[in-house]
Amino acid sequence: MLEVKGLRVRFGDFTAVHALDLTVGEGQSLGLVGESGSGKSTVLRAICGLLKPAAGAVRIGGDAALPLSRRVQMVFQDPYGSLHPRQTIDRMLGEPLAIHGIGDADRRVREMLDAVALGQAFRYRYPHELSGGQRQRVAIARALMLQPQLLLLDEPTSALDASVQAEVLNLLDSLRRERGLSYLMVSHDLAVVTHLCERVMVMRQGREVETVSASQLAAAQVGQDYTRALMVAAEGFRREA
Amino acid sequence: MMLEVRNLRVSYPQRDGRVIEAVRGVSFSLGRERLGIVGESGSGKSQTGRAIMGLSAAGACIEAEALSFDGQDLLQMNEVARRRLRGSRLAMILQDPKYSLNPVARIGAQIVETLRTHRRVSTQEARQRMLASLREVGIEDAERVARLYPHEVSGGMGQRVMIAMMTICEPELLIADEPTSALDVTVQLQVLAVLDRLVRERGMGLVFVSHDLRLVASFCDRILIMYAGRVVETLDSGRLHEARHPYTRGLLDCLPRLDAPRHPLPTLQREEAWRHA
Repeated sequence: MLEVKGLRVRFGDFTAVHALDLTVGEGQSLGLVGESGSGKSTVLRAICGLLKPAAGAVRIGGDAALPLSRRVQMVFQDPYGSLHPRQTIDRMLGEPLAIHGIGDADRRVREMLDAVALGQAFRYRYPHELSGGQRQRVAIARALMLQPQLLLLDEPTSALDASVQAEVLNLLDSLRRERGLSYLMVSHDLAVVTHLCERVMVMRQGREVETVSASQLAAAQVGQDYTRALMVAAEGFRREA
Repeated sequence: MMLEVRNLRVSYPQRDGRVIEAVRGVSFSLGRERLGIVGESGSGKSQTGRAIMGLSAAGACIEAEALSFDGQDLLQMNEVARRRLRGSRLAMILQDPKYSLNPVARIGAQIVETLRTHRRVSTQEARQRMLASLREVGIEDAERVARLYPHEVSGGMGQRVMIAMMTICEPELLIADEPTSALDVTVQLQVLAVLDRLVRERGMGLVFVSHDLRLVASFCDRILIMYAGRVVETLDSGRLHEARHPYTRGLLDCLPRLDAPRHPLPTLQREEAWRHA
């Protein structure tokens, strides 16, 4: 579904991503984990064309005759910033269809609203009338309008309350199963990543530290000290006796 | 008791006559301990902290049967007296150092300003104490950092600077509103370690406001769980697993767990009755 080879991204003299390789098979999901500045979000932006890589190849699966935007879409972290404040949900979901000349917009929008469990009542509302979780459902719906097989998820739940996070994770989980989607998901939260992804790549300073399976991570069978340090940190504070 | 809060209510009257009730009758008292206040967005946890500091947004209506700090009634106090207390005996740390530090002043100068606003010290001594406070939060090369502007330091460093600034006058009570939520997990722990040491060594009281129940449980002695402007449950942090209220249990349950994957995750079914509990 996705093959990235030797990806390098530079900002001026600073190299944000150094020669990174990764693959995501059809229907599979890979998580990218790391701290701020590790380059994880930069990888996503380079894959979907928001950034121009300095070197390397990105191959995205699906029908090669289709434009990139119909093969891969992105869901951003902040549902408060990623939706147009002056467009109704209907217009936001209909726009990609109009751009690509896809007909039957009315039915497609209706079905998508049901698919993300928002329902028709939300169709003509504006983002400010929606809660954070509802907005993130809209962002997911918008990403799926063109039926891409690959979704790039950039911290899709980190701006949400824990209870809402659970709902959005469940939605992403069921959409993936129903539609056979592949996810490449960035998060700083190991438990969130392993909930959706079978494999997890740990990144640090633009390089891969290691890639482990979710079950290896759960069993703490990891090879690198850095991964172990992240796991310990995720358990919370330890008081000195 | 250092801090006494009884039946605190914070409401915001709207122009159309409606009233938004952000905090609806919160009571607790605090000694030299760490108290966690946990809740989701809109639960009133930050509004509670701000009301204690006297930093509620304009138009807020604050009522309480008692709101006192070290025996002084905070609600009767005038703004000048309140201001003398703030930064000196009461201090607050906010979530994101990017927004709470002055972007156009050097770090050292900002800390010195805080100190000299409240304490009569010479320029020389103020500088020495500023450098000492930076060292105390684990900044080794204090001289260099003091010369930097806030945008030149990382988030973790910025939050240490914030803590140094807020603790330089040795306040008796520190309110920390999501002090580590904008930070990476490993940096989060370093900042908590700094807070931990200050609380232990100075015997400072701490109110730790956060959405993260597990983190707070690992750090605080006692936790208040807030929902819709009320405290629904109070727990000793070691007894999190004994939580009774369905909201607390739901919050604990809906987090994904590394060692025990569940598909789908249990979600929280909110009940109207919780608003009145």
